[in-house]
Amino acid sequence: MADDIKPRIRVQNTARKGEVIEVKTLITHPMENGQRKDAAGKVVPRMIVNALKVTYNDKPVMDVKLETAVAANPFMSFFVKVEETGTLKFTWTDDEKNSWTAESKIEVA
Amino acid sequence: MKATMKTLLTRRTAMAAIAGVIVARNAWATPEQTREWLSAAAKGTPKEGKVTLKAPEIAENGNAVPVTVSVESEMTDTSYVKAVYIAADGNPNPGVATYEFTPLSGKAEVQLRVRLAQTQKLVVVAEMNDGTLYTASREIKVTIGGCGG
Repeated sequence: MADDIKPRIRVQNTARKGEVIEVKTLITHPMENGQRKDAAGKVVPRMIVNALKVTYNDKPVMDVKLETAVAANPFMSFFVKVEETGTLKFTWTDDEKNSWTAESKIEVA
Repeated sequence: MKATMKTLLTRRTAMAAIAGVIVARNAWATPEQTREWLSAAAKGTPKEGKVTLKAPEIAENGNAVPVTVSVESEMTDTSYVKAVYIAADGNPNPGVATYEFTPLSGKAEVQLRVRLAQTQKLVVVAEMNDGTLYTASREIKVTIGGCGG
């Protein structure tokens, strides 16, 4: 199942110095909330992506803690201020400590 | 005859309302629990203002309700939004998400999709770097709940 999980990010590749740019991210993940029952009436155990960390050139930009009330395939959009050329890095972690990363290079013209 | 019908109806509605309250008490987080969750995360008394919470008034599908939260701030090294806490008062658990920002975020605005089990209120508390708290809330009507049950 873990193979189906794929992060997707959308962000522009170039920016002006000091520009605040929008970042959109999505990770395909069922976000099992631990409330649902399967056909046999057994509770499906909780299994959610509980954290997203965003860094730019290894400096922290944003940390998100997700709870069960975040929809499946969690979509997140936010902003980042770019002062120099660098790499925007994303790390998602779920309840079983699986993690997925994605990177995007941004060039400051 | 007419009068009896009327009393019957009102009594029935009253019973339904009471039953509804009892069910809600058992299965869902209460507004008090939501307040507790928020005050555990951000200590102090939040003021109204600075926070904008955008969400549809009526959500047809509670499984994914788009929500935008933005906080007025310069986002400089000396004045920025430290954290944003989002909670809902009618879900099994009150917490929705916690965002921790840095001045590098540039703008304290986030968008996400939330699961809502029923019609309820979303509450947002923003914590500034100097410790002041701001809040905003909004009621969202849900036609089909997002609880998978």
